[in-house]
Amino acid sequence: MMEEIRLIEVKEDILADNKGLADDLRATLRKHKTFLLNLMSSPGAGKTTLILATIAVLRHELRLAVIEADIDSMVDAEKVAATGVKAVQLRTGGFCHLDAAMVSKGLAALDLDQLDLVIIENVGNLVCPAEFDTGSIRNAMILSVPEGDDKPLKYPLMFSVCDVLMVNKIDYLPFSDFDLAAMQKRVFKLNPRIKIFEVSSKTGVGINAWTNWLKQEIKTFIGS
Amino acid sequence: MHELPVTESILNIALKHAHANKVHKVLSISLRVGEMSDLEDEWIQRYFDYLSKDTVAEGAKLKIERVPVTLKCDQCQNIYAIRIREQKDPVCPTCGNTKGTLVSGREYYIKDMEVK
Repeated sequence: MMEEIRLIEVKEDILADNKGLADDLRATLRKHKTFLLNLMSSPGAGKTTLILATIAVLRHELRLAVIEADIDSMVDAEKVAATGVKAVQLRTGGFCHLDAAMVSKGLAALDLDQLDLVIIENVGNLVCPAEFDTGSIRNAMILSVPEGDDKPLKYPLMFSVCDVLMVNKIDYLPFSDFDLAAMQKRVFKLNPRIKIFEVSSKTGVGINAWTNWLKQEIKTFIGS
Repeated sequence: MHELPVTESILNIALKHAHANKVHKVLSISLRVGEMSDLEDEWIQRYFDYLSKDTVAEGAKLKIERVPVTLKCDQCQNIYAIRIREQKDPVCPTCGNTKGTLVSGREYYIKDMEVK
C-alpha cells in the first residue's frame, strides 16, 4: 500500500535556541550587574584600536574585560592584554560570527562579580554577526570612512540591529568622497533610534562623547 | 556566509518533529525567511543535503518563501513594503510620511513539512 503524504505543522523559529540562550545570558548578566557590549564591524574598521581607546578612558572608573573573537589568531587579545586588562580569546575556527553559546564560554572564563563591563570584539564581518544574538545588553558597530557611505545599503541588517554607530577614521573625511549626511540618512531610514558618533581612535576626536554615552548606558543598566 | 549553523538548526528542528510524528521520510520543508537576511537559498539546500545524509530528512527539498520587508507608518499606521537595498527613501504611500517601524523582514521560520 502506498504511504500517504502528510503535512506536519512545525511553526518554529530557526534561531530560537540561540535566542533562548542569549536571553539566559542577559539574565545572568543582570544578576551580576555586568554590562555586555557587542562590538561589530568589517575587518580593518578599527575595532581593536577603538577598544584600546575605550579602555584608556574607562579603566580608572570601571572594571572591564574583553572577549576577542578571531577565526584563528591571537593578535588582538595580545594587544588588549598588554594594557593589563583581562582578555579572553575565542577562536571561532572558521566560523564567521559569534553566537550566544560561544559568548557564554567566554564569559565562563571571567569573574562577573568583579566586572562592570565586558566588551566582545566580534568577528570582522558585516553580514553574519548581525543575525546572531550574543546575549549582549547593547550592540555597537563601527563604519570607517574608507569603507564608503554606501554600506547601509549593502548590509541593512547590521545597521538595523545596532544601538550605536561609530563613524571611525573621521580624520580621513577631508581626503575622501564619503558623504556623511547621505550615510546618516541611510542609517536613520533603517534604524531611527540609533545613536551616531563621529570618532577617530587615532586623534581621539569623539572618543569622550562615545565613552560618556557608554557610561550612561552602563549606569542605567546597573541601576535597573 | 552563515548558512551552515542555520541549516543545522533547520535539520535539528525537522528531525525532532519527524521523530515525534513517527515519520519515515521527509519530502519537503517549507521555510519563511525575511528579505533582510543574506542567506542564499542554493547554499542552504547544499548544506542541508550534506548534513541530512543517512537521516529521514535525506533528499528533502527546502521550499524557501521570502518575506518582504514591510514598515508600519509612524503617522497613519499603514503597513507598506519597501526595497531595503535601494537608495530611495521609504515613503508611506497613504500619507507621505517618511518615518516607519519594521514589521516584517527578519523572519527565520519553519512553517511545515511534507512527510510520509
